[in-house]
Amino acid sequence: MAQSSFQPRVHLEIESRLENVELAQLALQEALAELEVADDECYAIGAAVREAVANAIRHGNGVGSDKPVMIDLGVMGSEVIIRVSDRGPGFDPERLPDPRERENRLRPGGRGILIMREFMDRIEYSFFSRRGTELTLRKVLGVPLRGGIPQQEEKR
Amino acid sequence: MKIPARHSSGVTILEPKGKITIGVGDVALREAVHEAVDAGATKILINLGEVTTIDSSGIGELVAAYTTVTNRGGNLKLLNLPPKVQDILQITQLVTVFDVLDTEEEAIASFGD
Repeated sequence: MAQSSFQPRVHLEIESRLENVELAQLALQEALAELEVADDECYAIGAAVREAVANAIRHGNGVGSDKPVMIDLGVMGSEVIIRVSDRGPGFDPERLPDPRERENRLRPGGRGILIMREFMDRIEYSFFSRRGTELTLRKVLGVPLRGGIPQQEEKR
Repeated sequence: MKIPARHSSGVTILEPKGKITIGVGDVALREAVHEAVDAGATKILINLGEVTTIDSSGIGELVAAYTTVTNRGGNLKLLNLPPKVQDILQITQLVTVFDVLDTEEEAIASFGD
Protein backbone atom coordinates (compact mmCIF):
# COMPACT_ATOMS: atom_id res chain seq x y z
CA MET A 1 0.00 0.00 0.00
CA ALA A 2 1.78 3.13 -1.12
CA GLN A 3 0.65 6.15 0.85
CA SER A 4 0.84 8.31 -2.26
CA SER A 5 -1.63 6.12 -4.22
CA PHE A 6 -4.48 7.04 -1.93
CA GLN A 7 -6.55 9.71 -3.65
CA PRO A 8 -9.70 10.45 -1.68
CA ARG A 9 -13.08 10.90 -3.31
CA VAL A 10 -14.36 12.54 -0.16
CA HIS A 11 -12.39 14.66 2.29
CA LEU A 12 -13.84 15.92 5.55
CA GLU A 13 -12.17 18.06 8.16
CA ILE A 14 -14.06 18.34 11.43
CA GLU A 15 -13.56 20.03 14.76
CA SER A 16 -12.87 17.78 17.73
CA ARG A 17 -16.40 17.85 19.10
CA LEU A 18 -18.39 14.72 19.89
CA GLU A 19 -21.45 15.87 17.94
CA ASN A 20 -19.30 15.71 14.80
CA VAL A 21 -19.00 11.93 15.11
CA GLU A 22 -22.58 11.65 13.90
CA LEU A 23 -22.03 14.16 11.08
CA ALA A 24 -18.94 12.36 9.83
CA GLN A 25 -20.71 9.00 9.82
CA LEU A 26 -23.72 10.39 7.96
CA ALA A 27 -21.56 12.17 5.37
CA LEU A 28 -19.56 9.01 4.62
CA GLN A 29 -22.63 6.80 4.52
CA GLU A 30 -24.23 9.22 2.07
CA ALA A 31 -21.14 9.03 -0.14
CA LEU A 32 -21.21 5.22 0.04
CA ALA A 33 -24.91 5.17 -0.83
CA GLU A 34 -24.12 7.25 -3.93
CA LEU A 35 -21.64 4.55 -4.90
CA GLU A 36 -24.51 2.05 -4.50
CA VAL A 37 -22.83 0.21 -1.67
CA ALA A 38 -25.25 -2.32 -0.16
CA ASP A 39 -27.12 -1.24 2.97
CA ASP A 40 -25.51 -3.82 5.25
CA GLU A 41 -22.02 -2.82 4.09
CA CYS A 42 -22.89 0.87 4.51
CA TYR A 43 -23.97 0.10 8.05
CA ALA A 44 -20.79 -1.86 8.82
CA ILE A 45 -18.49 0.81 7.41
CA GLY A 46 -20.48 3.55 9.12
CA ALA A 47 -20.23 1.77 12.47
CA ALA A 48 -16.45 1.43 12.08
CA VAL A 49 -16.07 5.08 11.02
CA ARG A 50 -18.06 6.18 14.05
CA GLU A 51 -15.63 4.38 16.35
CA ALA A 52 -12.58 5.66 14.47
CA VAL A 53 -13.72 9.29 14.59
CA ALA A 54 -14.81 9.06 18.22
CA ASN A 55 -11.38 7.67 19.18
CA ALA A 56 -9.60 10.37 17.17
CA ILE A 57 -11.55 13.06 19.02
CA ARG A 58 -11.46 11.55 22.49
CA HIS A 59 -8.07 9.88 22.64
CA GLY A 60 -6.20 11.55 19.77
CA ASN A 61 -6.88 15.28 19.81
CA GLY A 62 -8.97 15.51 22.97
CA VAL A 63 -12.61 16.65 23.10
CA GLY A 64 -12.90 20.37 22.44
CA SER A 65 -9.31 20.68 21.26
CA ASP A 66 -8.64 23.08 18.40
CA LYS A 67 -6.92 20.30 16.46
CA PRO A 68 -8.96 18.95 13.54
CA VAL A 69 -9.79 15.37 12.60
CA MET A 70 -9.42 14.56 8.91
CA ILE A 71 -11.46 11.83 7.25
CA ASP A 72 -10.81 10.61 3.72
CA LEU A 73 -12.78 8.09 1.71
CA GLY A 74 -11.33 6.41 -1.35
CA VAL A 75 -12.08 3.39 -3.49
CA MET A 76 -9.70 1.02 -5.25
CA GLY A 77 -11.60 -1.44 -7.39
CA SER A 78 -14.15 -2.93 -5.03
CA GLU A 79 -12.24 -1.96 -1.89
CA VAL A 80 -13.34 0.95 0.25
CA ILE A 81 -10.50 2.71 2.05
CA ILE A 82 -11.08 5.22 4.80
CA ARG A 83 -8.37 7.17 6.54
CA VAL A 84 -8.97 8.98 9.82
CA SER A 85 -6.19 11.28 10.98
CA ASP A 86 -5.71 13.15 14.21
CA ARG A 87 -2.84 15.04 15.80
CA GLY A 88 -2.52 12.74 18.80
CA PRO A 89 0.79 11.25 19.91
CA GLY A 90 -0.31 7.69 19.19
CA PHE A 91 -0.32 4.50 21.22
CA ASP A 92 0.50 0.82 20.90
CA PRO A 93 -2.64 -0.98 19.72
CA GLU A 94 -1.09 -4.34 20.61
CA ARG A 95 -0.90 -3.37 24.28
CA LEU A 96 -4.59 -2.61 24.65
CA PRO A 97 -6.48 -5.10 26.80
CA ASP A 98 -8.85 -7.43 24.95
CA PRO A 99 -12.35 -6.30 26.02
CA ARG A 100 -13.69 -9.81 25.39
CA GLU A 101 -11.59 -11.35 28.14
CA ARG A 102 -13.63 -12.16 31.23
CA GLU A 103 -11.69 -9.76 33.47
CA ASN A 104 -12.26 -6.85 31.05
CA ARG A 105 -15.90 -7.37 30.15
CA LEU A 106 -17.24 -4.95 32.76
CA ARG A 107 -14.93 -2.13 31.78
CA PRO A 108 -16.99 0.77 30.45
CA GLY A 109 -14.63 1.45 27.52
CA GLY A 110 -12.09 -0.11 25.22
CA ARG A 111 -14.37 -1.73 22.61
CA GLY A 112 -14.00 0.69 19.69
CA ILE A 113 -11.05 -1.02 18.00
CA LEU A 114 -12.66 -4.42 18.42
CA ILE A 115 -15.81 -3.14 16.67
CA MET A 116 -13.74 -1.62 13.85
CA ARG A 117 -11.85 -4.88 13.35
CA GLU A 118 -15.08 -6.84 13.30
CA PHE A 119 -16.82 -4.63 10.73
CA MET A 120 -13.86 -4.01 8.43
CA ASP A 121 -11.44 -6.40 6.70
CA ARG A 122 -8.33 -4.64 7.94
CA ILE A 123 -7.41 -1.71 10.12
CA GLU A 124 -3.93 -0.28 10.37
CA TYR A 125 -2.49 2.46 12.55
CA SER A 126 0.44 4.62 11.49
CA PHE A 127 2.10 7.10 13.81
CA PHE A 128 4.05 10.13 12.67
CA SER A 129 6.04 12.35 14.99
CA ARG A 130 4.96 15.58 13.30
CA ARG A 131 1.52 15.01 11.88
CA GLY A 132 0.08 12.57 14.40
CA THR A 133 -1.91 9.36 14.02
CA GLU A 134 -3.44 7.89 10.88
CA LEU A 135 -5.87 5.02 10.97
CA THR A 136 -6.61 3.27 7.68
CA LEU A 137 -9.69 1.07 7.46
CA ARG A 138 -10.28 -1.24 4.49
CA LYS A 139 -13.20 -3.31 3.36
CA VAL A 140 -13.65 -5.27 0.14
CA LEU A 141 -17.26 -5.15 -0.91
CA GLY A 142 -19.27 -8.15 -1.98
CA VAL A 143 -20.41 -6.43 -5.14
CA PRO A 144 -18.07 -4.20 -7.18
CA LEU A 145 -18.68 -0.49 -6.69
CA ARG A 146 -20.56 1.48 -9.27
CA GLY A 147 -17.77 2.88 -11.41
CA GLY A 148 -15.39 0.78 -9.34
CA ILE A 149 -12.31 1.21 -11.50
CA PRO A 150 -8.87 1.75 -10.05
CA GLN A 151 -8.79 5.28 -8.82
CA GLN A 152 -5.57 6.20 -10.57
CA GLU A 153 -7.28 5.61 -13.93
CA GLU A 154 -10.22 7.65 -12.86
CA LYS A 155 -8.03 10.70 -12.28
CA ARG A 156 -7.04 11.12 -15.93
CA MET B 1 -33.81 13.33 25.09
CA LYS B 2 -35.32 11.85 28.22
CA ILE B 3 -35.84 8.11 28.32
CA PRO B 4 -39.35 7.14 29.38
CA ALA B 5 -39.73 4.88 32.42
CA ARG B 6 -42.75 2.91 33.57
CA HIS B 7 -43.40 0.36 36.28
CA SER B 8 -44.94 -3.09 36.17
CA SER B 9 -45.10 -5.62 39.03
CA GLY B 10 -42.27 -3.89 40.87
CA VAL B 11 -40.01 -3.73 37.80
CA THR B 12 -38.84 -0.40 36.40
CA ILE B 13 -38.89 -0.56 32.61
CA LEU B 14 -36.77 1.92 30.68
CA GLU B 15 -37.56 2.34 27.01
CA PRO B 16 -34.86 4.18 25.05
CA LYS B 17 -35.64 4.89 21.41
CA GLY B 18 -33.44 5.63 18.40
CA LYS B 19 -29.72 5.91 18.97
CA ILE B 20 -27.64 5.08 22.01
CA THR B 21 -24.44 6.52 20.68
CA ILE B 22 -21.70 8.90 21.69
CA GLY B 23 -23.14 12.28 22.54
CA VAL B 24 -26.68 11.27 21.49
CA GLY B 25 -28.40 8.72 23.73
CA ASP B 26 -25.58 7.55 25.97
CA VAL B 27 -25.90 10.31 28.56
CA ALA B 28 -29.71 10.00 28.57
CA LEU B 29 -29.41 6.29 29.37
CA ARG B 30 -26.98 6.97 32.22
CA GLU B 31 -29.31 9.61 33.67
CA ALA B 32 -32.38 7.35 33.38
CA VAL B 33 -30.63 4.48 35.18
CA HIS B 34 -29.30 6.71 37.94
CA GLU B 35 -32.71 8.31 38.38
CA ALA B 36 -34.34 4.89 38.73
CA VAL B 37 -31.70 3.64 41.18
CA ASP B 38 -31.89 6.84 43.23
CA ALA B 39 -35.65 6.36 43.43
CA GLY B 40 -35.02 2.93 44.99
CA ALA B 41 -35.48 0.66 41.97
CA THR B 42 -33.72 -2.70 42.29
CA LYS B 43 -35.32 -4.50 39.34
CA ILE B 44 -34.56 -2.66 36.13
CA LEU B 45 -35.44 -3.82 32.64
CA ILE B 46 -34.15 -1.94 29.61
CA ASN B 47 -36.31 -2.52 26.56
CA LEU B 48 -34.04 -2.04 23.54
CA GLY B 49 -36.71 -2.92 20.97
CA GLU B 50 -36.90 0.63 19.58
CA VAL B 51 -33.15 1.23 19.51
CA THR B 52 -31.86 1.65 15.97
CA THR B 53 -28.14 2.10 16.55
CA ILE B 54 -25.70 1.46 19.36
CA ASP B 55 -21.96 2.10 19.39
CA SER B 56 -19.17 1.39 21.85
CA SER B 57 -20.20 4.38 23.98
CA GLY B 58 -23.76 3.07 24.19
CA ILE B 59 -22.47 -0.39 25.03
CA GLY B 60 -20.24 1.20 27.67
CA GLU B 61 -23.29 2.86 29.21
CA LEU B 62 -25.15 -0.47 29.33
CA VAL B 63 -22.17 -2.01 31.12
CA ALA B 64 -21.92 0.94 33.52
CA ALA B 65 -25.66 0.66 34.21
CA TYR B 66 -25.28 -3.06 34.92
CA THR B 67 -22.44 -2.36 37.35
CA THR B 68 -24.29 0.49 39.07
CA VAL B 69 -27.43 -1.57 39.63
CA THR B 70 -25.58 -4.74 40.64
CA ASN B 71 -23.36 -2.86 43.10
CA ARG B 72 -26.48 -1.61 44.84
CA GLY B 73 -27.84 -5.12 45.18
CA GLY B 74 -30.23 -4.89 42.25
CA ASN B 75 -30.74 -6.66 38.95
CA LEU B 76 -30.59 -5.20 35.47
CA LYS B 77 -31.81 -7.15 32.44
CA LEU B 78 -32.29 -6.44 28.76
CA LEU B 79 -35.40 -6.99 26.66
CA ASN B 80 -36.11 -7.20 22.91
CA LEU B 81 -32.64 -6.94 21.39
CA PRO B 82 -32.74 -5.78 17.75
CA PRO B 83 -30.34 -7.79 15.52
CA LYS B 84 -27.79 -4.97 15.30
CA VAL B 85 -27.63 -4.63 19.08
CA GLN B 86 -27.47 -8.41 19.43
CA ASP B 87 -24.53 -8.45 17.00
CA ILE B 88 -22.58 -5.89 19.01
CA LEU B 89 -23.24 -7.72 22.27
CA GLN B 90 -22.04 -10.91 20.60
CA ILE B 91 -18.88 -9.28 19.22
CA THR B 92 -18.01 -7.83 22.61
CA GLN B 93 -18.91 -11.06 24.47
CA LEU B 94 -21.37 -9.14 26.61
CA VAL B 95 -24.05 -11.71 25.86
CA THR B 96 -22.35 -13.65 28.63
CA VAL B 97 -22.87 -10.77 31.08
CA PHE B 98 -26.43 -9.64 30.46
CA ASP B 99 -29.59 -11.56 31.08
CA VAL B 100 -31.54 -11.05 27.85
CA LEU B 101 -35.27 -11.76 27.55
CA ASP B 102 -37.61 -11.77 24.58
CA THR B 103 -40.95 -10.82 26.14
CA GLU B 104 -41.90 -8.42 28.90
CA GLU B 105 -43.95 -11.06 30.72
CA GLU B 106 -41.06 -13.48 30.73
CA ALA B 107 -38.68 -10.72 31.83
CA ILE B 108 -40.86 -9.57 34.72
CA ALA B 109 -41.36 -13.14 35.90
CA SER B 110 -37.59 -13.74 35.78
CA PHE B 111 -36.93 -11.10 38.45
CA GLY B 112 -38.93 -13.12 40.96
CA ASP B 113 -40.51 -11.60 44.06
